[in-house]
Amino acid sequence: MTAAAIPLHGRLRPSDVGRVASIGLRTRKLRAGLSALGIAIGVAAIVAVLGLSSSSSAGLLAEISRLGTNLLTVQPGTTVFGKNAELPTGAPAMIARIGPVTSIEDTGNVNVNAYRNPYIPTIQTNALSVQAASLGLLADLRTSVAQGVYLNPATAREPAAVLGPAAAQRLGIEGVYQGERIWLDKQWFYVIGILNPATLAPNIDSSILVGFPAAQHYLGFDGHPTTIYVRAQTNQVNAVHGVLAATANPENPNEVNVSQPSAALVARADAQSAFNGLFLGLGAVALLVGAVGVANIMVISVLERRSEIGLRRALGATKGHIRIQFLSEAILLALAGGTVGVTLGILSTAVYATTKHWAIVIPTIAWTGGIAAALIIGAIAGLLPALRAARMSPTEAFPV
Amino acid sequence: MTSAAAPLAAGRFSPDNQAHPTSGGTRPVLEVDHVTKVYPSQPPVTALQDVSFTVTGGELLAIVGPSGSGKSTLLHLMGTLDRPSAGHVRITGVDVASLSDRDLAALRATRIGFVFQQFFLAEHQTVVDNVADGLLYASVPLTQRRARALQALELVGLAERPWARPTQLSGGQRQRVAIARALVGQPAIVLADEPTGNLDQTTGGSILTLFDQLHHQKVTIAVITHDQTIAARMPRRIEMLDGRIVADTTDPGPGEPDGHGQPAPPGQQP
Repeated sequence: MTAAAIPLHGRLRPSDVGRVASIGLRTRKLRAGLSALGIAIGVAAIVAVLGLSSSSSAGLLAEISRLGTNLLTVQPGTTVFGKNAELPTGAPAMIARIGPVTSIEDTGNVNVNAYRNPYIPTIQTNALSVQAASLGLLADLRTSVAQGVYLNPATAREPAAVLGPAAAQRLGIEGVYQGERIWLDKQWFYVIGILNPATLAPNIDSSILVGFPAAQHYLGFDGHPTTIYVRAQTNQVNAVHGVLAATANPENPNEVNVSQPSAALVARADAQSAFNGLFLGLGAVALLVGAVGVANIMVISVLERRSEIGLRRALGATKGHIRIQFLSEAILLALAGGTVGVTLGILSTAVYATTKHWAIVIPTIAWTGGIAAALIIGAIAGLLPALRAARMSPTEAFPV
Repeated sequence: MTSAAAPLAAGRFSPDNQAHPTSGGTRPVLEVDHVTKVYPSQPPVTALQDVSFTVTGGELLAIVGPSGSGKSTLLHLMGTLDRPSAGHVRITGVDVASLSDRDLAALRATRIGFVFQQFFLAEHQTVVDNVADGLLYASVPLTQRRARALQALELVGLAERPWARPTQLSGGQRQRVAIARALVGQPAIVLADEPTGNLDQTTGGSILTLFDQLHHQKVTIAVITHDQTIAARMPRRIEMLDGRIVADTTDPGPGEPDGHGQPAPPGQQP
């Protein structure tokens, strides 16, 4: 009768909450697994998108730092009348006198076409270009010879050619053999080497390179450079950029285009995140569907387990005990899905990054965000069913 | 049971309630005082009409009546799962009407044990953990719950298979597990709803024999049944019909006073 006679309120320990919350998962494994799968797929998608984009950015940045950001290219633009301009033949020598310039190489377009042999119809040019190239070009572009050798002072005077990788493929030349030759403007040139791809100067890949003296002697090359590759001290790149046009063509500096090829790569690294929004959106949709699945399962579970709820109320469970049991069960379910999803996301990132030779980068926000999203989804999806379970009056849930 | 009751119960109850009702005596553990229950449907259904009786510690009684006589409603009210429309229900002197939902849950956790016709055992749990769940909501740590569950299993004669699953047991053994779960908290009263309803006659008889043994150990048990032959075995029988008590008879036993069935005047308890 007195207040003192009322027994103390029972309190569930965290370990007991864990025990009762895992009942649904332990007794209905297939159902729990399937409903957690939706969450797992959504979280995996989000983690993989963030992981892959970070890993590929890391890969690109590693590539950029290998190639260097201090390369500038000088090319002829157009005259004020819209015609193609030319760089003066003395431009490389003049640019070389700029203080911070460390090296300078150049190529010049030779106006001839290249064929596998004389019997190919002249119209089938394969979009290849023939270029006169200076001897230090490969080092400047940070590329190398895949097969054979590059031009040297001796072969630069002879009818000898080095093929870019795309050019070799289009000509059907897979290796460098003694006596291998191609047909350049009514003249055989011997193939002495095939290059690796040049990331900073993709136009080299589809070019056939010959020496300047040979181009002038055999192919009627006029000697005007069309691309000048300039390496400058890294901290002086902008200063050199500013004076290059006037130095290359003091008479008409406006007819000179100066560009920085690495800038395009940096832009590419940044642009990759543009697609992230789309994929993250898809992942979020998968998560939403997963949440609906978990909520659905919890609603069914509450209906099926009316007698269990009644028994627990009879054993002395308060409404709060019932609420926390079903809420924790939903959170546990979503958390299991989230953990599996994070693992899957990391695994798929690792596999893809490894095949691309990228460093494996999983941003902290990706996996913490994945787990947190699962937790929040579990709590939201489980709230309504848990409230319903707790609202059942003991006699309603109680077996009669 | 009685020897173990005092130390285990200590600390869970307030000091002025130390004299635990399970340990027998003549203190009323359950008072049903002019209780009426009306279900608010159209038209309203009166399930119980002015029902009064008192159960004292150590009693074994049957509440018997045909279906529709108000047994189940009475069970809900005695078990504090529902509240009366009028009148009072007191468990160990505490008026149910004055308690919040949380207080009622705490009261059920510590002072009332339930036994059901369908057993309601968790199949994924061992026998001992099923019994230990009887203390889940009474703030008892797991190791202590298990230790006390083993004692309760001993009490119902199932001590040798504590780690079995309920699915590996016979019906009678399952009901013994359920009874152990009801006893593990040493409640003031055990409410058994058709405890033999799912069992054959022999097995049911052994459950009733178990109730007799527990009765000798001064455990208070109320059996709710429709079966007159079961009721006939009990020392006290409350017969119900159409929501009213039609008879409340007690066999005079050795050392047991006559004359139960008169409602105690309200306000007599501490």
